[in-house]
Amino acid sequence: MIQFKNIGKTFRRAQVLNGIDLDIQLGERIALIGSNGAGKTTLIRCLLGEYDHQGEISIDGLDPRKHRTEVLGKIGFVPQLPPPLKMPVGQLIDFSAALCKTDPQRIHAIGKRLGLDVDGILSRQFVRLSGGMKQKLLIAIALGRDAKLLIMDEPAANLDPEARKIFFDLLAERLNDATMIISSHRLDEVSSLVNRVIEMDMGKIVIDDRVADDATLTDRLSCRIVLKRPEPAFAKALDGWNLTPDATQTTWTGDIAGPDRLRFLGIVSRYTALIADLSLSEA
Amino acid sequence: MNQLLLTAKLDLVESLRARWFQIYTLVFGGIVALLFVFGLTESRVLGFIGLSRLLVTYIQLTMAILPIFVLITTVRSVAGDREAGVFEYLLSLPVGLQAWFWGKFLGRYVAVFAPVFLAMLGAVIWATIVNIEVPWSMFVYYTGLLAAMGLCFLGIGMLISVVARSTDMAQGSAFMVWLVLLLFLDLILLGVMIQERVTPEVAVTLALVNPLQVFRTAALAMFDPQLIVLGPSAYVILDLFGADGFRLFALVYPALLGILSAAAGYLLFKRGDLL
Repeated sequence: MIQFKNIGKTFRRAQVLNGIDLDIQLGERIALIGSNGAGKTTLIRCLLGEYDHQGEISIDGLDPRKHRTEVLGKIGFVPQLPPPLKMPVGQLIDFSAALCKTDPQRIHAIGKRLGLDVDGILSRQFVRLSGGMKQKLLIAIALGRDAKLLIMDEPAANLDPEARKIFFDLLAERLNDATMIISSHRLDEVSSLVNRVIEMDMGKIVIDDRVADDATLTDRLSCRIVLKRPEPAFAKALDGWNLTPDATQTTWTGDIAGPDRLRFLGIVSRYTALIADLSLSEA
Repeated sequence: MNQLLLTAKLDLVESLRARWFQIYTLVFGGIVALLFVFGLTESRVLGFIGLSRLLVTYIQLTMAILPIFVLITTVRSVAGDREAGVFEYLLSLPVGLQAWFWGKFLGRYVAVFAPVFLAMLGAVIWATIVNIEVPWSMFVYYTGLLAAMGLCFLGIGMLISVVARSTDMAQGSAFMVWLVLLLFLDLILLGVMIQERVTPEVAVTLALVNPLQVFRTAALAMFDPQLIVLGPSAYVILDLFGADGFRLFALVYPALLGILSAAAGYLLFKRGDLL
């Protein structure tokens, strides 16, 4: 589906991409990882036809630079940093929907599933939304159409756990008909979402590995945590994770999204000394 | 709605909400209001009375302000949008580069032209209400001049935005362009000629190539068709074009210069990195 052949990119004298060869098939979920300056963003921009480059890129046999509208019509993109657009949310949705030939109501529906009060913010300037709201809206625009390729740069970074859970569900609905490239500088942020990991360093691919994807995007884990004593800081850390305490505030129970297990354990690990018992089991 | 119109509408809405546009509108609306407040319509200078006096003053002030305003705001917002990631996102949507670039140009043109025109139109409407005679031919021609002026400096601004890779660089370049055009206005050329550094033919040619000078001369020609105030240069200009010919030239040349600059900007834009 996507082919990179000997891709190189130089800014002035700095070689940012150096001989990238890559084949990506339909249905693959790829984590594109690497430290800052590894070349992830440049590779994505080349794929989107935004950068001129050496070598050839094709998506379904078409060059994204020469066949912009055909190629980009198949791509849903979520940037890491939301653009500072001053236009109202309603206009951004209508503009994107008109270009992508989709129904704005599909974008509205996905935004609402992510917990966004779409109707309430239609007239608000995009730039004035909170970080999480912007992220949800950009995800809704990317998913609210028939994109065959989803390119997402740290897509869940600003989402609360509940929205992350719904986001994973939304991705799960697209597993059979879309390819996903999820860029992050940390593997643990995206590991549970993907079945292939590509690591970049100094403009080259240094690791290209398949990973076991036993954890599906729709998994739910039943969680039970017993604390030695009630702790307000712990309760605050769990805010948004949908876990409820008992009357003594020492036993917490609830469900978490399977792909979020590593992130969840990362948060809980800060309170290790407080924890008397912890269990996670597939629901 | 096609991609070009969608992009134009998008850019227009972005501009309407930008601070530069609010200041820009305030400046030109304010100029007209101030000209009325200071009683310019009641004054009589060199035979100018009523609204013609106001329009002449307005066009002279516009010529001083509009070029630098359009150049700086265009390069600031276009290069600024590119740096801030607006281009990265919007150009990931399936929009053709031609529609994107010219749509932006069109939207920006409306944003640039509308306030200066509406301020002048407001003056005409007010004059009609209070029974001041409206010099319609002057109004129509000045509208054309404003349209050509907007086109000219917007096109140059778009070209600079494409060539300069950063906002600072773009702003500096825009300022330099304006400064060069300013340096080659008639008074400075006259000084250079007096020092016999250039021949009169070269000086007149430089003046005719400079859109700022062309606008000034054309505005002058509306009340001084023989261009007497220009002295001997008038002979060259009128010999070359004739009075009507020069008025036409003053509309066509700057507009063409703006469109060609924008076209050059488009060619460079689509050939290189879009961000």
